[in-house]
Formats: sequence, C-alpha cells, structure tokens
Amino acid sequence: MSSPTLIEREVKKEIQELETVTIRFAGDSGDGMQLTGTQFTNTTALVGNDLSTLPDFPAEIRAPAGTLPGVSGFQVSFSRRDIRTPGDEPDVLVAMNPAALKVNLPDLTPGGLLILNLDAFTDINLKKAGYTSNPTEDGALAAYRVFKIPVTSVNRSALKEIELPSKEIDRCKNFWALGLMYWLYDRPLAPTLKWIESKFSRIPEVAKANALALRAGYAYGDMSELFHTHYRVRKAMIEPGKYRNITGNEATALGFIAASKLAGRPLFYASYPITPASDILHELARHKNFGVKTFQAEDEIAAMTAAIGAAFAGDLGLTGTSGPGLALKSEGLGLAVMTELPVVVIDVQRGGPSTGLPTKTEQADLLQAVYGRNSECPLPVLAPATPGDCFHMAIEAFRIAVKYMTPVIYLSDGYLGNGAEPWRIPDVGHLPKIDVRFRTDPEGFWPYLRDERTLARPWAIPGTPGLEHRIGGLEKQNVKGNVSYDPDNHELMIRLRAEKVARIAEDIPEAEIFGEDHGKLLVVGWGGTHGAITSAVERMQQRGVPVSSVHLRYLNPFPRNLGAVLSGFEKIVVAELNLGQLALMLRARFLLDAISFSKMKGKPFKIVELTRKMEEVLES
Amino acid sequence: MERPTSLQAQAPSLTRKDFVSDQDVRWCPGCGDYAILAQVQKVMPELGIPKENIVFVSGIGCSSRFPYYMNTYGFHSIHGRAPGIATGIKASNPALSVWVITGDGDGLSIGGNHLIHALRRNVDLKIILFNNRIYGLTKGQYSPTSEFGKKTKSTPMGSIDNPIHPLCVALAAEATFVARSVDRHTEHLAATIERAARHQGSAFVEVFQNCNIFNDGAFDAFLEKPVRDDRTVVLAHGKPLIFGKERDKGIRLRGTELEVVQIGEGINEADLLVHNEHADSPNLAYMIARMEYPGYPVPLGVLRDVRKPTYEALLEGQIRTAVQRSGEGSLEALLNTGETWLID
Repeated sequence: MSSPTLIEREVKKEIQELETVTIRFAGDSGDGMQLTGTQFTNTTALVGNDLSTLPDFPAEIRAPAGTLPGVSGFQVSFSRRDIRTPGDEPDVLVAMNPAALKVNLPDLTPGGLLILNLDAFTDINLKKAGYTSNPTEDGALAAYRVFKIPVTSVNRSALKEIELPSKEIDRCKNFWALGLMYWLYDRPLAPTLKWIESKFSRIPEVAKANALALRAGYAYGDMSELFHTHYRVRKAMIEPGKYRNITGNEATALGFIAASKLAGRPLFYASYPITPASDILHELARHKNFGVKTFQAEDEIAAMTAAIGAAFAGDLGLTGTSGPGLALKSEGLGLAVMTELPVVVIDVQRGGPSTGLPTKTEQADLLQAVYGRNSECPLPVLAPATPGDCFHMAIEAFRIAVKYMTPVIYLSDGYLGNGAEPWRIPDVGHLPKIDVRFRTDPEGFWPYLRDERTLARPWAIPGTPGLEHRIGGLEKQNVKGNVSYDPDNHELMIRLRAEKVARIAEDIPEAEIFGEDHGKLLVVGWGGTHGAITSAVERMQQRGVPVSSVHLRYLNPFPRNLGAVLSGFEKIVVAELNLGQLALMLRARFLLDAISFSKMKGKPFKIVELTRKMEEVLES
Repeated sequence: MERPTSLQAQAPSLTRKDFVSDQDVRWCPGCGDYAILAQVQKVMPELGIPKENIVFVSGIGCSSRFPYYMNTYGFHSIHGRAPGIATGIKASNPALSVWVITGDGDGLSIGGNHLIHALRRNVDLKIILFNNRIYGLTKGQYSPTSEFGKKTKSTPMGSIDNPIHPLCVALAAEATFVARSVDRHTEHLAATIERAARHQGSAFVEVFQNCNIFNDGAFDAFLEKPVRDDRTVVLAHGKPLIFGKERDKGIRLRGTELEVVQIGEGINEADLLVHNEHADSPNLAYMIARMEYPGYPVPLGVLRDVRKPTYEALLEGQIRTAVQRSGEGSLEALLNTGETWLID
C-alpha cells in the first residue's frame, strides 16, 4: 500500500512555540491575496493574538497578470506580546507566482520560510517576472527554507468532484494556501468556513469549492511529509476587555457616527470617491439607520461646500478625501474659517504630489493641512496615531469643531486607514459628550458675538425665528458680522481667528513622554508612525539606551507643554514620512535644532530603520 | 430646539418690507439687479413662508451680493459653489425654502458643474441666474453667455468662444422646472419667480438682466418696447406659440425643426405648436430654448414644469426605510458588530 495516509501517520509532527510571526501573502492582484490576508487576520484575532496588518496593493484594479506591477501583498504580524507594527520583515513569504517572489523576496528574513506555488513557475511567467533562470532550480533560494508545492494541481485534484469550470476551481487556490497556513500556525478553520458559507450563500457550489480547498490545504500540511513542524503563538497578554478587529477607515467611520450620537445631531457626510478614503463613504452609507446622510458629490469642491451648508443648517458637516482632494477643498476651508462653521475634513493621506501613489502611505500633507490656504487661515489639525485611535480622534474632531465653531482637519493616512489591529471596544457610557448649543434667543444676538472663553461665535441655524442673518466669505465686522472693509477691523478679526484656534491648546491633553522626561535623545513623531516609533524606542530602552519619545496627535495647536518637553533633551529627532514638515514647524516654533529623519517610499517606517537612526545620532 | 415641520408653519402675514434688510444696496445705479430684488421681495410675502425658514445662498459676482439685501438667512459663499452649499442646507433641513442667486459667470463658468448636478438631482432649490452676458464685478470681461465675436477688455479682437445657452444646460440636466424672464418685465418676472417658488423640485429661472455699465443694452435688439412683441414669444401652457404686435405670427413644428410662420396665409392656429410645460420629454422644450433672435422670436416664460421626487425626500426616505428595517441605530450594537472576543 502506498497510501500517503498510512505513511504520514508514521510521521510525528512537532509543535513549536513562537512569540511573534510575520507572514506576507503575495500573488497577482487577481489571486485574492487581500482576502486571504484578511481572513488569516480575523482568525488570528479570534485566537487572541495581538496583531497588526499592512495591505500593499497596486492602484490598478487588474494590472497584466503575472507582471511585477500586478503584485498584491498582505502582511500580518501576530504575537503573544503587545505589538504595534506589522513587522519589519516577514518571517514567512507565501508567493503564488514568480512576480510575487521577485517583488517580495528581498524583504524576507534570511532563513525565513518560503512557500511557493511551483505550478506558476512556468517559462512564460518567469519571463514576465524578468527571471532569466528558474529560481526554484538555480540555487537562488538557498538562504531560505523553501517549500515548493504544486498548489494549482493539488488544489485541482482536491476539487475534482466539484462541478465548476476549471478557471473557477483554480480561483480557489488562495483558500488552499490559507488552509495550509492555518495548519502551519495552528489556527482553526471554523471562522473562515463560516465566512465562506455566508459570503457565497447564493452560489453553493462556489461555497463548497472554497471550503473544500481550505480543508485540503490544511490536510496537506497535516499529511504531507514536507512539513515536520508546525507552530503555535499563544494568546497575547493584552489589556482585558472585549475586542474586535478594526481598520483605521472603519474606526474613523464609527467614530464619526459616535460623534453624531454624542452630539445629538445628524451626521452629513459629503464625499467624492478617492483612494484610500472611499471606504469611509462605503461604511457610512451602510448606517443610514443612525440618521447618517451620505452625499456622493459631483466633485471634491461640492463635497466640501455641501458639508459647510449642512453645518450652517445645524448638522455635523463632514467631508473626506485624500491629498489631491484636500487641495481642491482649500478655498472651501477658507470659507469655513471665515464663516466660523463646525465642519470636519478627513484627509487619508497618500503618496504625492499630484496623483502620486494612490494606494501607498505618506504623511506629506501636514503643511498643506496647517498652512495650505490663502491668507491667514488657521484651523485645528488632529492626527490619529493607530487604527483604533481613529475612533477617538473622530469624536475629538467634532468636540473641538462644535465647541470652538471652527473647521477641523483630521489627518489619517493610507497605512492607518487600511491597516487593522485588535481594538478594545470602548464603553459607550465613557465616551465624551459633545455639547451642542444652538442660539435661540434673539435678545442681544449678533452673528459674531463671541464666547469670552472660547471665542466661539453663536451657532444660529436657519429656522430659528428672530436670528435671520447673513454670513459669507467677505471680511466681517467684529460682533455685528456685516461686511466690513475697515483696516483696523480686518486686523482685529485676523487676530481673533488666530487666538481662537491658539486657545484650544488649553483644552487638549498635554503631550505624554514615553520614557524619561529628560535625557540625550527624544524622538518626535505624529499620526500613523506611532507603532513603529514607540516599538523602536522601546527596543532601545530594553537595551538600556535611554531614549524617549513623544507622539503628537494634535498638530495645531500643539499641546501646551510641548516646548517644555522638548527642552528636556539634548537631541531631538523628528521622524516622519515626508521631507521634514513637522521638523520645520518645530524649528520655527521653538527655535530648536531638530534633526529630521525622513522616509518617502510609500511604506511605513521599519523599527530597525528607526533604531539605526537613534544609534547614529547618539554616537555622533 | 424644534425644527419647523412645514414651510407654512404658522406664517404670520408679512409684507415686502419685512424682507428688506438693513444693508445699503450697493449695485450701480440703473442696474437690472434692483428690479429683480424688488420682485423677489414682493413675491416673498405671497408664499406664506416665515422668513426664518428662508435661506438665500449665492456665489461671487454682482448678483451674488443679493443675500445681504434680504432679511432672511443668507450665505454669500465662494465663486460658483452656491449649489453645493444650498444642497447641504436643503439635505440637512428639508423644511427650509432654499434659494440660489447666481450669474452667468458664477453659475455657468466656474460653477457650471455644480449647477448641472444640483438640477439633475432635483434638489428642491430655487435657482435664479442673472444673465447679463458680461463679467461685471471684475469690470468687463466676456462671460460664457457673451456672443461670439464680442469685444471686451479681455477680448479686444472679439471673443472666439461659442456662447452657452443657460436654458439648454438646465434642460440637458433634465431640470424639472425651467423658465426665463426679464428684469424690466416686472409682472412677468414676479409671476415666474412665484411659480418657481411653488414648484417642488429644482427650479431654474434665467433672467435677462441689463448691466448698464459694461454691457448696456445687451438685450435691446429684442426687448426694446417697439420691437419686443415681434421679437419675443411669451409661452403659455396649452396655448399655441403665437407672437407679434398683431399676434399674426406663430411657430410651427416642421420635421425636426421649428419654423416661424405667418398666420392667415393658408396657416391657422391649429397648425401651430402647442406649448406643453408638462411633457415628460424635454425635447420640445429644448427646441424652444434654442430659438434665438434674429432667426426666431426669443422665448420667455416657463419652458418645463414636471413633477419628480426631490433629492432630499429620497434621502430622508432611505433613512426612514433603514430605520424601519434595522431599527434606530444603537451605538453599543454598532461597536460590537462582527466577530468579537474577550480577553480576561
């Protein structure tokens, strides 16, 4: 008997404990790698690991099959520890074709696990990927633990009973690979089987095929003599509570729905589709039963101005976009500053300038957000630090907008927006309240009469008897709000608008230092780089090197203690995914010799890049 | 605070004066804008809408100063963007009566895109476009409605742009109400504005407006008293298109073209095109809109008036349906959606 089952039963498969694993799934953009990665992530979350993800896909929907530009990847790092980044380098690479291997191999850790779909390494595919000889045969992969598996053919034979065209059968091979990875990292099949069942409930044959492929991949790991060991990553020891998986864009959408509930005012979301912000529109459009009004505008400008109109009429006016769209919204933002209306603009930053790198991340819209309008046009700018933080900063954006009657820019980025992490679900009872007070009393009403403390003007919405008034983009007479060309009034109004935004510093949390509050080196970051910077600083601290960090979530105004914090350190490194925009702001504001550390590759920082920079600065 | 539930919520009886703001009007003496302002202020009390429920929104240009002179809520916004602001206001509070005041530059050049999209969505906005065929506030450049060859400061050798037809744009966007009037035809203008106000859905009214500083007499060729009856045709629903001082000329549909005919010489009223504002298809209205002097009499009046669901009603309807289907949203439930797990 040559039944593989009997032979395999002789093989004892070991289980080895690991602390942290980073896997990258890579294939053609039509191979379903994003789906595979997402499924692996969800199952991993349910197992109780901490995790972080980095989807990396081309802007083209279907670049020519088998080519380098068509490669789509999804990296997930999971751990029994509290982790903050998707990992610098994958320990495991699943490459579904030669192009995926070529693009991703340079990132794989030496000695890492490499799982290849051998069937895809045909002459034509090798040529498309630019290989002159076959790397699976020429020794090019000697530095890795390579598993060459004919995934396409073993999947076909597993699914031979399924009555679907062979093209459909071959499309199931990503589930086969996922099943194998579930065996290799000791994850249950049930969550994905359940997902397949509900996703393909109307096409039962496809559901059956995918489920079978998943199980076959799992069984292959268990049975095949290729694998002697599989791995286990135990539950993470993270803060107790109820968790779910969340991406930054989901958390942003949920945060703005929460803001609407907390304010007791409907949310009006106007947006023009743009990568990577469109998911926020999709998510909000699904929740109309919260009274959310979504408006897909004819362009970015209409989305901006419709949000302003909604704010004038008493809704929470919100618009969302990415860098090129923010440029188009600039004039509207100026109008919102002049008319002092509470609108929030989401910018999910991407690589630029111009159309740039639509699907890649960057933090280079900071100066555009803070300064990018005609004349003196100050407004608060916030930046969430993690996918989960997007939820809280969304609420914060409207708390500030409504309290101070000002537009607010919320700077997310592609890394936060598409990246996922386990998120401790907050207790709704503990969320801050957003206090909306419409002016109703005509006695003593003037459109620009300010609250003494906040300098906010009244929110007097149409429909209120006795408060009929006119606002607009022309300079306003202080208090009365009539059009005024008076020189002294203009300077007064310019200063009042600036002072109003500056005073918000008293109403936001102080900057928190991670580490000692004085010393040789402080690393300053903002927004989506929080995970990488904090992990890198922690790594230095664990080595006994005294380094601290500060992560800014408020970019305008800065936290009121920032100057004092910065003055406690000999050297300041500002790490950001641009050519030194925050560094420029800090130098100008605090007259300090900040060292800028930049990266402009459309990718997040690696921990090791940051630790290397810290070492270099400390040695110099 | 409570929002008004209907436009007519206990409207007190108001007069024209109630709609006059305390601001000095700063258009040039003799500007056609004064006449339009006067007619709008005259029509407002007739509508029975409390003035706190009325919002005038404008862009940039001479016409866009309009909201400052109305004692209602007003928003003088940025160039071309009034339809966007107004859409946000109307979607936010459908009980408001929302007006857009724009011009040929504001509405058809820089803001052309917003205009067509507001119209095709059928947002219940009353859009009045003051067409003076010139840029006034920037002191006399040609506009998108200026005639080909027009000499202005920016076109000393004559404009080489073909003009755009405001009514054709509105009809191409399938606006549900499309009309044209004239600043100095006070009664016709008031009646047209009132009809626009009472229409449910977007209403677009082009008003020929004389700029006596930079484009004086732009419409004299067909609007001057002695020639007006022979060079314009006033549309009336269900009536044949007849014009002329002697009411002896008419418009006939021949094949796919309109033609001017003399009534009497073998042609009687029954041969003429009968105007139907309520036609589902905008095709005939489009042909009428394209009639221009000197080949044709210039049409005045309501070209199209049809009923379709408004954008804001559909938007609110979807929210109601969503609430019926899934219940009013619970934040607690929303945050706990999908797979969750406990860490203890």
